[in-house]
Amino acid sequence: MVDAGWYMGLAGALFLIGALGLLLRRNALVMFMCIELMLNAVNLTLISAGRALNDLTGQVAVFFILVVAAAEVVVGLAIIVSIFRLRATASVDELSELRG
Amino acid sequence: MTDLLWLVIAMPLAGAVGLHFVGRLLKEPLAGWLASAAVGGSFVVAAVLALPFIQGGEHAEVVQLWDWMPAIGARLEILWDPLSALMSLIVTGVGLLIHVFAIGYMHGDERYHRFFANLNLFAASMLTLVLAGNYAMLFLGWELVGLCSYLLIGFWFTRKSAAAAAKKAFIVNRIGDFGFMVGLMLVFTTFGTLSYSGIFERAGEELTTGLATLIGILFLVGAAGKSAQIPLYVWLPDAMEGPTPVSALIHAATMVTAGVYLIARSAAIFELSPVAQVTVATVGALTALVAATIALAQRDIKRVLAYSTISQLGYMFMAVGATAYVAGVFHLMTHAFFKALLFLCAGSVIHAMGDRQDMHEMGGLFKKMPVTAITMGVATLAIAGIPPLAGFWSKDEILASSFARGGWYSALWVIGLVTAFLTAFYMTRQWVMVFLGTPRWEGAADPHESPRVMTVPLVLLAVLSVIGGLANTPWRTGLEHFLEPAFELVQLQHPPEGFWMFVLLAGLSVFAGLAGVGAAFLTYREPRESWRGFEEGFEPLWGMWEHGYRVDDVYGQVIVAPGRRAAEGAAFGLDLPLIDGAVNGVARLVRELGDRARFLQTGFVRNYGALLLAGTITVVIWLVAGT
Repeated sequence: MVDAGWYMGLAGALFLIGALGLLLRRNALVMFMCIELMLNAVNLTLISAGRALNDLTGQVAVFFILVVAAAEVVVGLAIIVSIFRLRATASVDELSELRG
Repeated sequence: MTDLLWLVIAMPLAGAVGLHFVGRLLKEPLAGWLASAAVGGSFVVAAVLALPFIQGGEHAEVVQLWDWMPAIGARLEILWDPLSALMSLIVTGVGLLIHVFAIGYMHGDERYHRFFANLNLFAASMLTLVLAGNYAMLFLGWELVGLCSYLLIGFWFTRKSAAAAAKKAFIVNRIGDFGFMVGLMLVFTTFGTLSYSGIFERAGEELTTGLATLIGILFLVGAAGKSAQIPLYVWLPDAMEGPTPVSALIHAATMVTAGVYLIARSAAIFELSPVAQVTVATVGALTALVAATIALAQRDIKRVLAYSTISQLGYMFMAVGATAYVAGVFHLMTHAFFKALLFLCAGSVIHAMGDRQDMHEMGGLFKKMPVTAITMGVATLAIAGIPPLAGFWSKDEILASSFARGGWYSALWVIGLVTAFLTAFYMTRQWVMVFLGTPRWEGAADPHESPRVMTVPLVLLAVLSVIGGLANTPWRTGLEHFLEPAFELVQLQHPPEGFWMFVLLAGLSVFAGLAGVGAAFLTYREPRESWRGFEEGFEPLWGMWEHGYRVDDVYGQVIVAPGRRAAEGAAFGLDLPLIDGAVNGVARLVRELGDRARFLQTGFVRNYGALLLAGTITVVIWLVAGT
C-alpha cells in the first residue's frame, strides 16, 4: 500500500487548485466545478485517513459529503441557469448589485 | 352630628368636579346658582355645627376622615374648634355672597361654568386648609388654594398680562412654600408627627427656644408668601388681572388670610419664641406702612384695593405677632366683610364703566349708581376705622394690644397709627374720585346700576361691615369668649384695661381716621387740576409710590434676570451640547462606523470568496498552532 501521506498531498494539491480556481475564474460554471473539486479533495483526504487509521468513519463521512454535494449542485445550477436567462451572462463580476 | 362635617368640604368639591365635566351642558345662570348652592350648603352645615361653640363651653373635636399617611401623623382629619369654625363660616358666608355676585358679573363669559367650577374648587381647598387637623392636610389645602389662585387669576388666559400674573403669583407663593416646608420638616423631626394633637401640647417640653424661633421664622416665610407680606407681596397687585369676584374672594377675604391663620393655629409654637413674635409683628407693621404709601398714588381702582389688602394683612400680622390672636382673627373677619364689599363695588363700577379701571377717568358716578356708591362708602368708612363700623373695633383692638405689650411693640403702634391715617386718606381719595365731582368720562361709557343679583350681596356685606364690629367690643368680648378654647395653650395679649386708656387710644386712632377722611375729601372734591397739582406737589415721592418703589424692577434685575441667564446657560450650555450631544453622538458614531465598514461590501462574489478563504486559513493556522 502506498504511504497515506501521498494521498493527502494529492488531496491538498487538488484543494489548492480548486481554491485558486474559485478565486481567479469569472465564469460561474467554472467556479462551481472548482467547488466540486474542493469537495472531492476533502473526500480523498477522509478516505486516506480512514485507510491509514483503519477506521470506517472516514468512508461514512464521505457518503454524507457526496449526497450533500449532489444536492447543492442541483440548487446552484438552477440558480445559475435562472440568472443566465435573466442577464445573458455567466460572469460573476457582472452580478454586483448588492454593494454597500 | 359632627360626622356631617365632611359635607362642608365635600359639597363645593362635588360642585367643582360636576361643573368641570358637565357644566357645559347647563344654561348660563344655572351653573352659578348650583355653585352658590354648594357653598351655601357648606355654610349651613358649618353654622349648625358651630352653635355649640356659640353657646359656650364645648371643646374641640377631631373628626377622622381617612387614613392618608398615618406614619407621619397625616390623616385626613378635621379639627373642629372655635377657630376653624369661625374661619369656615367666614369662607363659606362671604364666599356665598361673592358666588351670587359673580352670577351677574360673569354674565356672557364663554367659560362661565368653568369659572364657577374653579371658584367651588377654591372654596373646597380653603375649607380643607382651615379645617385640617394636621399640618399635612393644611399644606394640602395650602397648595390647592395656590393652584386655584393660579387658575382664577389666569382665567382670561388669552391675555398675556393675565397669564404672566398667574405665573408670578404661583412662583412667588412657591418661594414662601419652600420656607414653610422646611419648617414642617423641622416640626416633624422634633415631634415625630404632623398632627396638631401630637404637637401643641408637647411643644412646651420638646421645643427649645432656638428651634421654636427657627420654625416660627420659616412659617413666617410661608405666611408672607401666601398673605403677601414683605418681601413676597409683589404678586398681589398683579393678581388684579383676574375677574373681580376672584379678587374679592381670594385676594381679600380668604386665601390671603391663610398665612394669618397658620400663625394663629401655631400659636403654641410661637409662644416659645419672642424673637419670632417680634419678627412677625415687625414684618406686618412695615408691610402695612409701605403698602399704604403705595396705595396713595395708584390710579387703577383695583390696585388701590390690592395694596390696601396687603396693608390690612400687615395689621393682622402685627396682631398675631403681638400674641393678640383674637384681635388678629377679629380683624381678619371684619376685613373680609368690608374688603370683599369694596372689591365687589369696584367690580360693579368697572362693569358700569365698560371694563375701564382708571380712576382719573371716573367721577360723578353717585347719581348713576347710588346703591354701589352708598355701600362702597360704608365700606370706606369701615376700613378707615370710623366708629361704630366694624373696622374701628378690630383695628383699634390691634393697635391697643400692640401699645399694651410695650417696648418695641409701642414703636409698631406708632407705625400702625400713621398707617391708619394713610388708610383713611387713600380710601376716601378713591371714593371721592370715583363717585363725586364732575364726570370725567364724557360719554365714553354708560354707567348704570348693576342688577339685583349683584346689588343684594353688596347690601348684605354693607350690613355686616356695620354691625360686624359688635362681635368684640371692650364691654362685651363675645369673640374672645368664643375663641377661648382654641387658644387655651397660649397667653393672649389684651388691650390695656381701663376706660380712659380706651378713650385715649381709641380717640387717637379715630382722630387719625377722621383726619385722613377729611383731608382726602377736601383735596379730591376739587376739580382735577387742583388735586393733580396736589399730587405733583409730592414729587418725587409720589412717583415712587405710584411705581411701588420699583420693587418689581429690582426683583427683575436681581433675581429674575440672573435666574433666566442661569436657566439659559443650563439649557443651551449644558443640556444641549452635553446631553443632547451624547445622544446625537451615539447616533453619529454608529453612522461613522457604518461609513468606514462600507468598503467591505463590494458586491463581488470573488472578494467575498477571498475573504472567506483568508479567514479559514487563519483559523486553521491558529488551531494547528494551538496543539
